[in-house]
Amino acid sequence: METEKAHHVTAGTSRRKFLDWLLGTSVGGLLVAVLYPVSRYIIPPEVIESTAATVTLPINPDDVPPNSAEVFRFGNQPGILIRTESGEFRAFAAACTHLACIVQFRPDIGHIWCACHNGHFDVSGRVVSGPPPSPLEAYEVNIRGDEIVVSRRI
Amino acid sequence: METLRRYLLGLWAWFDDRTSISFLAKLAEKKDVPVHRHTIWYYLGGMTLFLFIIQIGTGILLLFYYRPSAEEAYESVQFLMGEVPFGWLIRSIHSWAANLMIFTLFLHLLSVLLVKAYRPPRDLTWYSGMVLFVLALTFGFTGYLLPWNELAYFATRVGTEILGVVPLVGESFLRILRGGNDVTGATLTRFYAIHVALLPAAAIVLLGLHVFLVQKHGMSLPIEMEGSDRAKHSMPFVPDFLLRDLVGWLTALAVLAALAAYLPAELGEKADPFASAPAGIKPEWYFMFMFQTLKYLPAHILGLEGEMVGVMAFAVAGLVLFLVPVLDRKSARGESSPLFTWMGILMIVYMIVLTFLGYTMSPTA
Repeated sequence: METEKAHHVTAGTSRRKFLDWLLGTSVGGLLVAVLYPVSRYIIPPEVIESTAATVTLPINPDDVPPNSAEVFRFGNQPGILIRTESGEFRAFAAACTHLACIVQFRPDIGHIWCACHNGHFDVSGRVVSGPPPSPLEAYEVNIRGDEIVVSRRI
Repeated sequence: METLRRYLLGLWAWFDDRTSISFLAKLAEKKDVPVHRHTIWYYLGGMTLFLFIIQIGTGILLLFYYRPSAEEAYESVQFLMGEVPFGWLIRSIHSWAANLMIFTLFLHLLSVLLVKAYRPPRDLTWYSGMVLFVLALTFGFTGYLLPWNELAYFATRVGTEILGVVPLVGESFLRILRGGNDVTGATLTRFYAIHVALLPAAAIVLLGLHVFLVQKHGMSLPIEMEGSDRAKHSMPFVPDFLLRDLVGWLTALAVLAALAAYLPAELGEKADPFASAPAGIKPEWYFMFMFQTLKYLPAHILGLEGEMVGVMAFAVAGLVLFLVPVLDRKSARGESSPLFTWMGILMIVYMIVLTFLGYTMSPTA
């Protein structure tokens, strides 16, 4: 009689355990089934970025006087075209290497400056002072007649 | 009149019978507010709550005209400011109340810190308040972008880029937040969803907990007054303290109306992702001390990038602040703990000095 009762109890608890396990895994499964799509949903899909290595600027070289600059589109990123005091053209990625503000050329000091955290770069893109950790990426500039062609260095 | 009164009382009884809601009223009634030289600080939480309620009201009104896209956001705000009757007023109040709310929130947090009201059993109240503080800053950061103007665009570029310097998770977090690699219209819709849906929902739940805990535990007494005679002076929360609260709220409303009328919110230039950041660019004033710190950090500190060191230092400081109920063992035992008082004062001085420098230093120096 005693053993029979004990047997009954063990069978009951193991059945209970099994049901708990079943319930627990179903709830867990449900959570995963909800959370996985949601977490994937909030991560934006990769958009194929323009891989164009070359861009022809909609600017006439004669419209850029010495000691001035223009910001242009390089794919979906901003670039900056500079004409130095001596009339030479140079181009760089315009996003500051510090925290990605778009830099500007300051004719008064004759070099590149970032307004956000006061970073200074010379006309070769090298850091002169301020917090930027590395130089601006330099691009190749070619003048073909009245066209300015900027290309990535390989 | 008497019939109306009886009718309303009957309605209340019917409602209470089904919800037992009157326990909330009892909770408020049993609370006493201690009266002493630091009583003034007790008003700041309620003031912040009042300003938050204004934010919800004006925020809902702004939604009637605002369009969350890079092409239309700026124009819709322009239309709101220029064409919609009282549009300028609603937006100006929303913008000013946001600033005042952050200001009273700062004062509330710092006063609680200095009088050490965070000690158990009010530690959970502190934690919920700290999370609310982070939510408020996030409200400010996301709301700032919504008009899609030049200042907001660059503030968001920098602000999100800062999150990107966090080791390991930074890059993916940055992409999730921006909705891509750059700040674009995708960022705007995300910030919009966060600002008008996610944050309000989270803030209301946490506020419920926070206010409930404040009512449950009552006001904290400064350590040195505990058990002394001075602690015996008090006033009932309802109606004495609540009416004084109301006077404060009315004052805040008057200040708000004056600010909104005389210094309406500006809109500035429309954001252009292909234009240089303008000189004199600044974040909202409550981020200024961090922004200014980043200007002073050298490019490299001990072989690590300067801004990463800066951001991690602020993160650690924030964590210490959050965990202060656990770290400050002395005040938890009811002893005075001057170390934490001085740390709090040091933090306040640092924030004030750096903010001051941020506004007075020439941007080109």
